Amino acid sequence: MSARYAGGWVITLSLVSALLLTLFPMPAAAQVYRPEWVALVVIYWCLAVPERVGVGVAWVMGILLDVISGSLLGQHALALAVVAYIALKLHRQARLFPLWQQAFMVMLLIIMEQMLNLWVQGIIGQAPRSWKYWLPALTSMLLWPWVFFLLRDLRRRYVASE
Amino acid sequence: MNSPFPQRHMKPLFVYGPATSLRLVILCVASLILMTVDHRLHLLGEVRAGLSLAVYPLHYMVDLAARVSHWTGESLSSRNTLLDQNTGLREQNLLLKGQLQKFAALETENKRLRDLLQSSLQIHERLLVAELLQVDMDPFRHQILLNKGSRDGVKTGQPLLDADGVMGQVLHVGPLTSTAVLITDPSHALPVQINRNGLRALAVGTGSFNRLDIPYISKNADVLVGDLLVTSGLGGRFPPSYPVATIVAVENQPGLSFARVSAVPAAHIERSREVLLVVTEPAPPKVTAAPPPAVSTAPSVPATPAAAAPRGATAPPAPAAPVTQPPPVAPEISPLPETEGPIE
Repeated sequence: MSARYAGGWVITLSLVSALLLTLFPMPAAAQVYRPEWVALVVIYWCLAVPERVGVGVAWVMGILLDVISGSLLGQHALALAVVAYIALKLHRQARLFPLWQQAFMVMLLIIMEQMLNLWVQGIIGQAPRSWKYWLPALTSMLLWPWVFFLLRDLRRRYVASE
Repeated sequence: MNSPFPQRHMKPLFVYGPATSLRLVILCVASLILMTVDHRLHLLGEVRAGLSLAVYPLHYMVDLAARVSHWTGESLSSRNTLLDQNTGLREQNLLLKGQLQKFAALETENKRLRDLLQSSLQIHERLLVAELLQVDMDPFRHQILLNKGSRDGVKTGQPLLDADGVMGQVLHVGPLTSTAVLITDPSHALPVQINRNGLRALAVGTGSFNRLDIPYISKNADVLVGDLLVTSGLGGRFPPSYPVATIVAVENQPGLSFARVSAVPAAHIERSREVLLVVTEPAPPKVTAAPPPAVSTAPSVPATPAAAAPRGATAPPAPAAPVTQPPPVAPEISPLPETEGPIE
């Protein structure tokens, strides 16, 4: 096995865990605060190992997310692919950002993902009418430092890239 | 998933470039095509079913974790709690059995009366028990995941009940699981009628678990707080006369052309764990004890059918046409040559 593929299981595992966290039952009052786990993990890997995780992986994760959440097939896929593309474009700058600035960038990316989702839902007439729809962007921003440290340690230990 | 640069072993200098942009454009177009096909043409049922099989392990793991924590809590609960619960359930069982006795008598009576009317309104319904998988879906759309799929005979559009009323209907079916939309989803509307007087209406979801909207009720309509809404069976999806909701508010605002009516669902929408799926089967040919004169069906009594049918305007006509026929007063008299059933 070449060094290119070393640690691929860590990436896969983190993406699967993100899907599990998306599904995990929470009290109804807390559900609207659920961070966009899949987007967070995809953004991290796009910033950290852009030569391995890109728009293709993001798109496949989006399709799985569509199946899980019962949305239109392709809705999350489109949003995540666009988010991954922007993350790829910005990965050099973003690596130099201080953490709080990175978190802010993540929030903007997730707001963008949600806007694309809202756009599709609006076209088919199922747009949520509550401002709480935007809360996950905020919680994702607050969680970014923890996701970042956790995945960075995993990457340093297992993923042979840098 | 393939990485952007399949055969290169050095770390590439430029990870974005024409290849990535092109890939994004292709994937965006692919998503748009997928969404259009899914939404407009509804051709992706099979694809969705296959993918639901792929994510089944995820669903299963999450559900298992939730189940284990629930089970731990249960096995640690004290003996007294269990005894209390047991007594409560015993009482409830007795009560229900008593009611069931009365129900059995009523059902026999109903059947006899229908036989007398020679009506064919006998919808055979079979109930299938399904359990909710404890996974969270989109919080802004009221959908649930069930542990029964096409393997168990679940079909798209099947109604879903709990012990107290209608919950929703099946939306997507996979081999092992299926997704159902609840009646409180903002995109769901359900044809209902008021049990007291047969007034027809629609029950539209609001996005909140304990509220349904009843739009287009005229201001002088006979609607009272406390009225029970039952399914009317008019949409063809839901079998008639299952309880749906109870009206809790009727407001007449002078500026609006309709009354504002809202209701509380009868089903425990966010609490039920076991649900019933109604499998409606076409009525089998009548092999029951039909009286001999039933052979000469529908003696055409020269009467006005609309006048004979009580409440033709408000009560929904039963799906089977012969019901609108006036009941034969005395089947033995005037057995005219048979005419076709539906006149109207």
